[in-house]
Amino acid sequence: MIAEIGHFSLVIACAFSLLLTVVPLLGVARRHGGQMAMARPLTYGMFFFTLISFIALCWGFLVSDFSILNVAQNSNTQLPAIYKLTAVWGSHEGSFLLWMLIQAGWAAALALFSKRLPLVFAARVLAVMGMIGVGFYFFMLLTSNPFDRTIPLIPVDGHDLNPLLQDPGMIIHPPLLYMGYVGFSVAFAFAIAALLGGRLDASWARWSRPWTIAAWIFLTVGIALGSWWAYYELGWGGWWFWDPVENASFMPWLAGTALMHSLAVSEKRGSFKSWTVLLAIAAFSLSLLGTFLVRSGVLVSVHAFATDPARGTFLLGFLGVVIGGSLLLYALRASKVVSYSRYELFSREVMLLGNNVLLVVATMVVLLGTLLPLVHQELGLGSISIGEPFFDQVFLWLTIPFALMVGLGPLVRWRRQKWADIQKSVLLAFALAVLLGWALPAIFAERVSGLAVLGLLLALWIVFASVAEIKMRLAQRDNILSSLVKLGPSHWGMVLGHLGFAVTLIGITMVQNYEVERDVRLSPGQSYSEHGYTFHFEELRAIEGPNYHSDKAVIHITRNERDVETLFTEKRFYNVRRQVMTQTGLQVGFFRDLYIALGDELGDGSYAFRIHYKPFVRWIWAGALIMALGGALSISDKRYRLKRQSARVMGQTSKGTSV
Amino acid sequence: MNQKLKTLIFLLPLLAFIGLAGFLYSGLFSDPSKLESVLVGREVPPFELPDLYNPDQTHDQSILGGEPMLLNVWATWCPTCYAEHTFLNTLREEGVYIIGLNYKDDSRAAAVNWLQELDDPYQINLFDQTGMLALDLGVYGAPETYVIDADGIILHRHVGDMNQRVWQQTVAPIFYRARLQAGLSVPDAYRHLARDSEQGGGDE
Repeated sequence: MIAEIGHFSLVIACAFSLLLTVVPLLGVARRHGGQMAMARPLTYGMFFFTLISFIALCWGFLVSDFSILNVAQNSNTQLPAIYKLTAVWGSHEGSFLLWMLIQAGWAAALALFSKRLPLVFAARVLAVMGMIGVGFYFFMLLTSNPFDRTIPLIPVDGHDLNPLLQDPGMIIHPPLLYMGYVGFSVAFAFAIAALLGGRLDASWARWSRPWTIAAWIFLTVGIALGSWWAYYELGWGGWWFWDPVENASFMPWLAGTALMHSLAVSEKRGSFKSWTVLLAIAAFSLSLLGTFLVRSGVLVSVHAFATDPARGTFLLGFLGVVIGGSLLLYALRASKVVSYSRYELFSREVMLLGNNVLLVVATMVVLLGTLLPLVHQELGLGSISIGEPFFDQVFLWLTIPFALMVGLGPLVRWRRQKWADIQKSVLLAFALAVLLGWALPAIFAERVSGLAVLGLLLALWIVFASVAEIKMRLAQRDNILSSLVKLGPSHWGMVLGHLGFAVTLIGITMVQNYEVERDVRLSPGQSYSEHGYTFHFEELRAIEGPNYHSDKAVIHITRNERDVETLFTEKRFYNVRRQVMTQTGLQVGFFRDLYIALGDELGDGSYAFRIHYKPFVRWIWAGALIMALGGALSISDKRYRLKRQSARVMGQTSKGTSV
Repeated sequence: MNQKLKTLIFLLPLLAFIGLAGFLYSGLFSDPSKLESVLVGREVPPFELPDLYNPDQTHDQSILGGEPMLLNVWATWCPTCYAEHTFLNTLREEGVYIIGLNYKDDSRAAAVNWLQELDDPYQINLFDQTGMLALDLGVYGAPETYVIDADGIILHRHVGDMNQRVWQQTVAPIFYRARLQAGLSVPDAYRHLARDSEQGGGDE
């Protein structure tokens, strides 16, 4: 019964999305205010019924209603309640329902906060959100209905949720990623609405900026969380694998980052307008493409879910309509846009253009690297695989100019900058970065590696250049404290975002160049030393968990005779799925992680252990969080909240604040 | 700039997308199990790998051949391998000779544990921790299954799980024809393969 309510609500939500697509646009065509105003209530209706449907599915999982196929396949009675909820989006069908809930949620938020937008524009934006909804609702109802029944053969108990997914990190990882993916649909809807209206002006860019940044924040945190999860759950000690699924989330992030910066130019200077629109289309298209790649089984990946050509065909058709349609509209409308602003070669505009070009190249590299095996095979050239070495190499070369520009860009003025004016600060910051970049490894590390110096130098350059930039902004003012505040949250957001990138860069550099990985053989009572830490294997315990049993090794770590911590590492055997999982022991630190994973028994009572020493690994994720924080600060800027003020006044308030 | 030329430039993203969509579409229908292997028609590259159960014992390419057999690439980290395992057990009961290639597994103990829990369909199990043999074979992912004839020549490669449908439609005819050619017995259902090949026609 509950399942039928869920199913039926989904159908009603689909009907709402159809109406939302048609009615407001009819209203726009006929200049009928009432029909345009229908956009908001229709959006709320779509969200409400999707929510009911989602709750119904959650209920099915919570009470273990195995008459629902989806529940029977992904949950069982032994599963702890919290993972029953996670299982809702652990499956293909459920994850699409979550996707739609979030999509409808963004649309509802948009309806709620767009009261100050011109009615015609709001109607168009919401109608585009409705169009995207139509595709997904039909996809679910026709090819992957989460409420399919197992009647009459109801199983007594279900399968288990994949143990990999039974982890606190997995509870929020997919929702965050989806918030990001789907969030770009808002920027996309703004872009399409602007194209439909034929007006690409600064106000369009200003309206869509906070939404774009919000989506980007979610995506940033989501990706960082996924990386962190892979690090401690998969038991391989890596933090990024260039797996197609990871690439699928990385591509929209790169395009979204480019979009954020390009929107700044469009808002402030009125340039790059058609380019910005293209990026908005690209960011969402890449989100859709990522979903397609993951869900259609075109690429085989460690994460891949069950695959089905019918689903793939539908998704591809949908992709064709959304991406193809919007690119066609783009070709027809954006080509008519005339850019009139002028800028010289050494200007903020050119810096941001450079940043955009590099980000787009990076996106293309990831896209090609992910798709090349497929294209290669379709051209009959045989199967190949492209992996870490390729991506690592290319990204190394892309990072160098990118990081240099991240540091330099904010120091440069809009339109025109005289080199002589910033020469001193730039050279000082760079000299400091070179000096420290070389000195730090020389003092603290046992060997100086060229790549480590390069990475540190770039990261420190960003830090010092940011400091120089703030100093320069303060130079004209008297009261330092009040002018620090006067710089505005948007400016501080930018600074934090860039510093976050530097922190991540430091983390990556240190881990790539200085991590130590050892496979050792220990019997209870034996010890092993690495980097001054002594790992003492005390004992092995047998443990019975709720849905698994495990061997648990107790490792006591000391340094210079002082206790550091006692770590536990387990090999868990999950009863229902008959899957073995490693639980790693982690000693987390600001400057380094100690990571230990239990391996197999080697006979004679000894066991294999994998011991890692990971310097600065936390910084990778900390940097991402700082970037996200910067984004949040940026959204909080008052100028996005100024209501019903003319563009003229807006122009004045934003003068002086930066990107 | 000339307006026509400008429109043309703005059409480029669309054209690029159409090209991409074409590849994605054909990719959707190209069966990954048809991944060509450069090795079909050739011998398995030479190798020397330890036994899964007994680290001190090693095997080399001489274990392949003598009679037609399957070489199955598997690992405990691979959920699909779990799915196909029951079917491999069935095949073993039917008398199919299967060699296992344990591919980059988490640990020897995990693999042995898995076989003890799920039953062992393999006559010999190779432990390829570094994935060296798998690399030589061009393994795309686990599971994969190779059909090898009595002379040690690779006849066929199947990517993805082995199940009733794949076995009956594709792999079994190849496997049993190889058995017939080696003068070995086959189940009654596959006797017709001998007649078919005499008539010069195959059923592939």
